[in-house]
Amino acid sequence: MDNALPLHNYLNEPRGLKSWLFTHDHKRIGIMYLWAILAAFALGGTFALLIRFELLRPGPDIMTAETYNKMFTLHGAIMVFLFIIPSVPAALGNFILPLMIGAKDVAFPRLNLASWYIYVTGAILALYSIISGAVDTGWTFYTPYSTQTTTHVISMTFAVFILGFSSIFTGLNFIVTVHKLRAPGMTWFKMPLMVWALYATAVIQVLATPVLGITLVLLIFERLFHIGIFDPAMGGDPVLYQHFFWFYSHPAVYIMILPGMGIISELIATFSRKTIFGYRFVAFSSIAIALIGFFVWGHHMFVAGQSEAAAMVFSALTFLVAIPSAVKVFNWMTTLYKGQISFDTPMLYALWFMCTFTIGGLTGIFLGALSVDVHLHDTYFVVAHFHYVMMGGAVMAMLGGLHYWWPKMFGRMYNETLGRIAAVLIFIGFNLTFFPQFILGAQGMPRRYFDYVPEFTSLHRLSTYGSWVMATGFICMAISLFSAFRRGRIAGNNPWGALSLEWTTTSPPPVENFAETPIITHGPHDYDQIIVPSTLAGR
Amino acid sequence: MSQTASHSAHVAHHFADAEQQRESAKLGMWIFLLTEILLFGGLFCAYAIYRAWYPQMFYNAHKALDVTLGGINTVVLITSSVTMALAIRSMQQDKRRATIINLALTLVLAGVFLVIKFFEYRHKFHLGQLPGMYYTYTGIKGSNPHIFFSVYFMMTGLHGFHVIGGMAMISWLLIRTARGEFSSAYYTPVEMTGLYWHLVDMIWIFLFPLLYLIG
Repeated sequence: MDNALPLHNYLNEPRGLKSWLFTHDHKRIGIMYLWAILAAFALGGTFALLIRFELLRPGPDIMTAETYNKMFTLHGAIMVFLFIIPSVPAALGNFILPLMIGAKDVAFPRLNLASWYIYVTGAILALYSIISGAVDTGWTFYTPYSTQTTTHVISMTFAVFILGFSSIFTGLNFIVTVHKLRAPGMTWFKMPLMVWALYATAVIQVLATPVLGITLVLLIFERLFHIGIFDPAMGGDPVLYQHFFWFYSHPAVYIMILPGMGIISELIATFSRKTIFGYRFVAFSSIAIALIGFFVWGHHMFVAGQSEAAAMVFSALTFLVAIPSAVKVFNWMTTLYKGQISFDTPMLYALWFMCTFTIGGLTGIFLGALSVDVHLHDTYFVVAHFHYVMMGGAVMAMLGGLHYWWPKMFGRMYNETLGRIAAVLIFIGFNLTFFPQFILGAQGMPRRYFDYVPEFTSLHRLSTYGSWVMATGFICMAISLFSAFRRGRIAGNNPWGALSLEWTTTSPPPVENFAETPIITHGPHDYDQIIVPSTLAGR
Repeated sequence: MSQTASHSAHVAHHFADAEQQRESAKLGMWIFLLTEILLFGGLFCAYAIYRAWYPQMFYNAHKALDVTLGGINTVVLITSSVTMALAIRSMQQDKRRATIINLALTLVLAGVFLVIKFFEYRHKFHLGQLPGMYYTYTGIKGSNPHIFFSVYFMMTGLHGFHVIGGMAMISWLLIRTARGEFSSAYYTPVEMTGLYWHLVDMIWIFLFPLLYLIG
């Protein structure tokens, strides 16, 4: 088939750095976001490796306790605010959403570019806080400690405040784009499930982020002027801070996981050559997670002094979230049943996701149960749980999506063999790192501790060794992905033989996305009715 | 083709026609207003909690606010919403001069609001009715009266900040209207700024009774 990239595409037309810095093209903005979040991931990952290295043995090894406090704070803050939240929506989503619905761009291209610059401004301010002395409060910035510590809380929280706007603008743009810019024939139920997931995510971004904004403003004023709203000594309430914080930050974990679930829906259908089982259930479960997710924040505060009645309600609501999440997992399983499964790198990540996310989700139910949480609260069990959801869920899905759309972004294939080796290493390393932490937590190892009793040494060692395996996997993955630029095979329009719209245009797509406005006649996952051959030689 | 006809200068390339662009802008603006309500929502929530905790103190402290000045400001803002609406109406009828006059009036009224607010603030600074640890006034009975002023200054301060933002947008509209960039065929920015301005007005209409008229 084709053995050259399309002559004119969004990457080379027009050329020059300036044409990128002032671009309104959603694809270029997506790519610019992609480099930014990958850099943030590398930085946050380095902090994680240092933390794990320090914990190899009890007692101080390579850093002091104060440095350790800063390390886990920076790891958390960078991974949450600079990496996971923008990773799928702003980077992959920006690139893929308009293509998937047959639009020429997002509804507000200038706002989209502005959101990237706001992100970069926030990132620079966050870097400034790190260099000028860092923060040691944990990524949650809990009062009263955050109003008393001498570290650079104001610049870091102000950075997060700014980053919030970039997230809001992306969400706002996506909602309007999905409502107003779908191509003719692209009805709501012909949209790929990725679009449903991004839409549900956007709703949360828009509704939750402003509350974080005002919370951080109050925190900054508390530090600057001691306004007393969160200070018990002045008649204020530190638990109010926690309520405000988690009113955003619990829905925010769905900002992180929902788009990942969207990716998995695409991958499972494409790589098992089957119509997704229960399309409407999967679509509506995204909306259900987004809505229920707003009413569970109190489960972070079971031991923080909220009333028992409130705790019971929050616990019950937390169990409810498990229903739409399980609907998704069961529907993916049923889709796999009797499918023609191929184990390409993206599919490997999708399968990892189904294992690790399920473990993460189920342990979330343990933590949502009141009495169990009293025992497990603030232990490594919690650390293991949210890494199984965030890393085993959101990051695995993001990596799957990255490999899946990489040929669409750049027109060339990554190294498949090395890609699979990397995927296996990451899966083994991930479980080796975090599974022992469940046991550590159940045995009473508290989170955020610099030191531990000698009895925990062997499990901590396993965890640290796991982090090295994972790091090796990520290095292999980077080599595999970047080798595409030098000697990657030409992908053609549709290397995976997939049915959604983005695969009907060239790889990389032209500036205007489609030569003509597409007209949609079939569903995005109708693999049992339509067979599209792969454009990749030998596949 | 009809598409080229409707694809006039102010329709961006990725929209099919002016109608789609206008509808998108409107939806986007409403979503933005929703985020604004949630931003203020945090402060309204803090207000509700501390008023429930310290009802007597809130009652005593609210007497320190000047109802007359607050009332005048309420009338000023409502009037500015009327002139803003008239500006949009004039643009729909292609009356550029009337649009400019109404926008200018809105701008002046917003300025009047801020000047009155400045005098209210100055009076409180003078008496030491300040937030948190800067509170030095002794004339209010009840526990933690500084919390009332923390809430008062945060709420009215954030609102004032939005008034300033609105004034910047209205000034920008004035320049663009004077340059003749708007007509009955295209006045989306005027309409969007109008929506924003009405929200700023609405928030004040909630702030005024909550802070000044505690019964």
